[in-house]
Parts: sequence; structure tokens; C-alpha cells
Amino acid sequence: MSSNHSPAHGHAHDDGEDHHHGHDHDHSHLSDMDIRVRALQSLLEAKGYIDPNALDELIQLYEHEVGPQNGARVVAKAWTDPAYAERLFADATTAIAELGYTGRQGEHMVALKNTPDTHNMVVCTLCSCYPWPVLGLPPTWYKSAPYRAKAVADPRGVLADFGVSLPDETYIEVYDSTAEVRYLVVPMRPDGTEGWDEAALANLVTRDAMIGTGLPALPTSP
Amino acid sequence: MKGPADLGGAHGFGPVRPDADNEKFHAPWERQAFAVTVAMGAAGFWTLDGSRFARETLPHTQYYTLGYYGIWLAALERLIADAGIYDGQPEPKRVLTKDDVRTAMAKGGPTDRDGPPPRFPIGARVRVDPQNPPTHTRAPAYVRGAVGTIVRHHGAHVFPDTNAHGGGENPAPLYTVRFAAADLWGPHTTAAAVHADLFEPYLSAA
Repeated sequence: MSSNHSPAHGHAHDDGEDHHHGHDHDHSHLSDMDIRVRALQSLLEAKGYIDPNALDELIQLYEHEVGPQNGARVVAKAWTDPAYAERLFADATTAIAELGYTGRQGEHMVALKNTPDTHNMVVCTLCSCYPWPVLGLPPTWYKSAPYRAKAVADPRGVLADFGVSLPDETYIEVYDSTAEVRYLVVPMRPDGTEGWDEAALANLVTRDAMIGTGLPALPTSP
Repeated sequence: MKGPADLGGAHGFGPVRPDADNEKFHAPWERQAFAVTVAMGAAGFWTLDGSRFARETLPHTQYYTLGYYGIWLAALERLIADAGIYDGQPEPKRVLTKDDVRTAMAKGGPTDRDGPPPRFPIGARVRVDPQNPPTHTRAPAYVRGAVGTIVRHHGAHVFPDTNAHGGGENPAPLYTVRFAAADLWGPHTTAAAVHADLFEPYLSAA
């Protein structure tokens, strides 16, 4: 595990609870976890419950293919196509499926519209619910205790952690994904992008802007 | 329940630390823990709700120190044990193959079901019933006892509180409930409102 994990959500300590293997060589948490997952995987393969090729395919799909570029396309289309925006805010699941993004952890979608008055932020305080088809797998911070604890009470503090400041008069509305509904924030289209096409606009739509912990990138040139 | 996973409003975890990279996995074992967990979901020995319960009932010390995929792995080990797979050969519903992966993921597992119509109209004021069951629930502790407003209907969905424990899907109306942040946190909030998606059995008219 890398060093950028927060202390509250990082390495397991050598507290004895996690070490059942009794190996006396390199006694690192990393190798311990590695051994545990290998043991489990070997058992499940030997017993015929998992197909190793399916595991590789899952990793290929979710590590390299499904990602926030999908959501960015949805947002950019909503920015340029008012009829699409209307469909998106009326029935996000269907409107997002029009672009081919469906399925696991995005079965029931709702799009949240940021306005000059209202900024939306999405969290899952209970676990890590996140709209996979449009944003991919969640970043580490989204799943971590600090974000899950703080977002529902102090979203401005969260924004400050991301270096983002909003006007005092902006209402900040938080959505806690406590059931199987998944939320996509549609940020405001940045000024200075008149006439840009969807592809150029999509490049401005950051992952964090679609969670509500960030804003779209500033336009430089299309 | 109110276990280590129920974090809304908790103090003491420090600031949010945005990732320095965009890596989805930070060690090879995390990839495998992810993929084995997703693949084993297809075998049908447990429900999504049951797997969440396995994670949220890990000891607090482990939940806060194992890291995300460490939690997944520890929960998976339990689920495998509970399914009798270490000692026996229970029949899986199916085995996910490489050719199935994209179709299965694109289909997902919708949780909407035919079920009772919603009792509360949009705009109704509802109180989340006080509760602290030792079993699985998706009513986070910070909304229990609080009064909010129904702002969205989602139809009937699988009820996690029973589905997690082999008690069946019992579809129940699902609502988005809007709480004024001050009704949850008094003066100690920078939010205007907090929304949670709550099932009808959690709610009473207020």
C-alpha cells in the first residue's frame, strides 16, 4: 500500500490480529495480505468457483477501461444539448444508458444539477457506494474514513481540503448514497467555453467535479 | 447496526487527503482481492447486503487499519467460511467466465422490484425511527430520530435489513429524504442540507 494513504485508513499495525501465518521472514503487512489473497484465490480456483481469466478481464475492465471519461461525456452532452439535459435530470439511468453506460453500481442513477445557488456533494458514509459505470472505481480518499466522516457535516471543510472555496452564500447540499441509488453531479459549465464542442468540454470535466469535491478545470483553449 | 463503518459526522479522522495519483490499486494483491470478490458475487452464496454486513461487522481495530481492500479481503474470508467452502463443495449458482464478464457487469444487479406503493407523498415530513439493531441497516446513525422531508420516490427496492440475513428481499418503498443540516448537527455544520436514501420501514409520519 502506498504512502499516500491517510493514517486513519492506511497500513495495518503489527498488532497480532492479522498475522495467522507464522512466517518469520519479511514480516510486512503487504506480503501478509498478498499471501492471504493468493491462498484464497488458489482454493477457489482449485474448487472451481472462479475462473482466473474472468479475474483478469474484471481487472482489465475496471482498471483500464471504465472511468470518469464516461461521466465527462455525459456532462459535456448535457452542457451542449438541452434536450439531453432534460432527459438526464428526469431519468438519469435511461439518459446515461443512451451513451452506453450501464450496469453494476450504476443500476439506479440520479443526476444532480449544480447552479449558481447550489453546490452538490456526494458521499457514502456507510461504505463506498459510487457510480462505477460513469466514474469507474472510487479513489482511495472517497472510501476513506476522513471523507465519509466529514462530508455530511462539514462539506466546506472537505472542499478546503481539496483547495476549493465557494461563496458563503452558496448552499451546499450533500447526498449520502445509503441505498442503491448512485449520484452524478453535473457541474456548471465554465464561462469562456461558448462554442466549444462536446469533446473539448469533456476534457474540462474532472472526476472530482462529478463527485462535488472539485470544480471543472479552467478553460484555456478548446 | 452502528459499527465501525457508520462514519457520518464522526470526528478524529483528520483531513481528507486527495490521492497523489489516480491509481485504482496500490498493490497487486488489491487487484486480486477486488476481482475475486466481484467474481464470487456471481456464485450466489451471499447477497450484496450480506457482504456489506460482513465488512461492517469486522472488529473496529481491523476496520480502521486494514485499508479498503483489506476490509474486502477479510470480509471475503468470512463469507467463504460461512458458505462452507473451506470444508465442503457447495453448488454455486454460476461461475463467472471471462466471456460473461462484460455482459454481467453491464447488466449489474438492479434492486428495484414490484412492491407496495409509497405511503408518504413528496413533501411529507417524516421522522426516522430511533433504532440501534445489531443487524444490518442502511439508516445511518446520524439520521436516526431526525425529521426530514420526502423529496424523491424511487419505487420499491430490495430491503437490505432482511436481505442481508437470509430473510428475503421484502421490497419496500425507497425515498430520498432531505434533512436541514441544522436539524442534524445544530450549529456545527457547513452544509445546507443532507439527503439520505431511506426505506419506508425506517420512517414514521412527523
